[in-house]
Amino acid sequence: MATLDLGIDEVAAVAPVARSRRLGLLFWGAVGWTIFILSAAALANVLPLPSPTDMDMLARRAPPSRLHWLGTDGLGRDELSRLLYGARVSLTVGLCAPVIGIAIGGALGLLAGYFRGRFEQLVVGSMDVLLAFPPLIFALAVTAYLGQSLLNLTCILGVLGIPAFMRVARAATLTLARREFVIAAQALGATHARILLRELLPNVFLPLLAFFLLGVAVIIVAEGALSFLGLGVPPPASSWGSMIGEGRESLEIAPRLAFIPAIAMFLTVLSFNLIGDTLRALTDPRQGML
Amino acid sequence: MTEPALLSVEAVAVDLPTPRGNLRAVDRVDLSIGAGRTLGIVGESGCGKTMLSRAILQLLPKKAKLSGRVMFDGQDLVRLDPEALRKLRGRSLAVVFQDPMTSLNPVLTIGTQLIETLQEHLELDGPAARIRSAELLAAVGIPAPEQRLAQYPHQLSGGMRQRVAIAVALSCEPKLLIADEPTTALDVTIQAQILDLLAREQRRRHMAMILITHDLGVVAGRADEVAVMYAGRVVEQAPTSALFKNMHMPYTEALLAAIPKIDAAPHTPLPAISGRPPDPTRPMEGCSFSPRCRHAAGQCYREKPALVAAETLDHRFACFHPIQLAAGACA
Repeated sequence: MATLDLGIDEVAAVAPVARSRRLGLLFWGAVGWTIFILSAAALANVLPLPSPTDMDMLARRAPPSRLHWLGTDGLGRDELSRLLYGARVSLTVGLCAPVIGIAIGGALGLLAGYFRGRFEQLVVGSMDVLLAFPPLIFALAVTAYLGQSLLNLTCILGVLGIPAFMRVARAATLTLARREFVIAAQALGATHARILLRELLPNVFLPLLAFFLLGVAVIIVAEGALSFLGLGVPPPASSWGSMIGEGRESLEIAPRLAFIPAIAMFLTVLSFNLIGDTLRALTDPRQGML
Repeated sequence: MTEPALLSVEAVAVDLPTPRGNLRAVDRVDLSIGAGRTLGIVGESGCGKTMLSRAILQLLPKKAKLSGRVMFDGQDLVRLDPEALRKLRGRSLAVVFQDPMTSLNPVLTIGTQLIETLQEHLELDGPAARIRSAELLAAVGIPAPEQRLAQYPHQLSGGMRQRVAIAVALSCEPKLLIADEPTTALDVTIQAQILDLLAREQRRRHMAMILITHDLGVVAGRADEVAVMYAGRVVEQAPTSALFKNMHMPYTEALLAAIPKIDAAPHTPLPAISGRPPDPTRPMEGCSFSPRCRHAAGQCYREKPALVAAETLDHRFACFHPIQLAAGACA
């Protein structure tokens, strides 16, 4: 038995080193950018920035200067300030919409995969209907009825994300619910609530979390597309998508007005994708080891 | 058996609907087991052993149909309401599964799994449950139990995990433990340790045990009584010593012959049972073993043999042409 103890300790001691080496520079770069953009967006009103809505008609499309680090846009508003305030909108939507998806979709998927039967048919059926409905028409209809606002935008994108989360949660639950540890828990007299919360949820949560981070990236792009089409937050508030849309008008004179928010979006989406992928890769081998 | 049975299974049948038709997994099985006794259930894969154990626990797949009675401690489990059944499970009935790789939750520590079970059933507070968990792990032969509580299942070996699974099953002092092929996924040296552990804990707790296996060798030294199952039916049932001394059903004999002998010369062909078990979705007219049986004759293909008593009342078998009975008194 002493040899067994030794073996386990060795594994425990070696594993973290190997893991951090495998993560690589790219992952830490992604984490760094994410932290940077998140804190910059959170501190946007504390930082010594010019107002994002004050127009300076004498300095329209001004090149970068000491006053305007990234220049000004077509209406003479500070580009950096708009970028950071826009990050607030894009990240709020990007993080909150998948939260709606993961909460509702995850719960539905877990329940559907566990209880099966009629309930599952109902859930899967209604999700198929939601998937079949053209998302752009849905977004247009909701904004036409309820108006453009950050909350509406978040809800639209959140609801559109529910089916995907439901499918991930249901697929994971289906394979897990047949494992013996679930039957063992039932045989020990566990209630349905206990099996769902203590046995299944911790197992389903790992793939859901990895999918969540990929979802954030998708939603940021989707928000950009909606704002580009004028369905996003109402002006004068900025988001990355609307900034790209406004920059399009002066693409030939000052291409940076479209490219700067595009680069910010590209880096953020790439970072979330990288982090999500790495986390999924980290959770996969553990599933294999079981 | 004079004392009243702890568990008696009466005419239990399990039907599973499949796309190819109704599958009768368990066909009118009668069994009983007294407190503190061990019943071995032996049979090849797919003969309904596991379905029978699930039927006893009322953990059949949702679509399965169960008929008959499962009397446990004076209550019919089939008709018990779900809440009463839930309270009975764990506290009175427990189960150990075949594969320790999948019978523990991979993302919870061993301590969490044990402690929560204890808190739920025995209403112990946190520290008391923790101490009790460590004692249980020590009882099932796990060294350094305090440290093990903080570990995850994948950090333990297969034999260790099966010990943990047994500790979880034993945690609430059940009256009946169902061990569903507890050693099939383990290597031979660990098998004996796990079986000895089960036997020791069973004696200490005066617990009844149903030992399900496909290996007659496993039940030989450990079960008080053995039931041999084939195609969903019990085909022979007897006290262990009587069964091995005097088996009547050709299937039992064939199962025993299929165990490799250690004193056989190298390269001796193993007498396997030819053919395959019958398709359970298509019920047969006669004895379900008749297509593979050396002794089968006319009647075997037309009628199903009933379970009849042999020399003693405890020994029952279902065969028209029992072996070794020609000289003995046939009932």
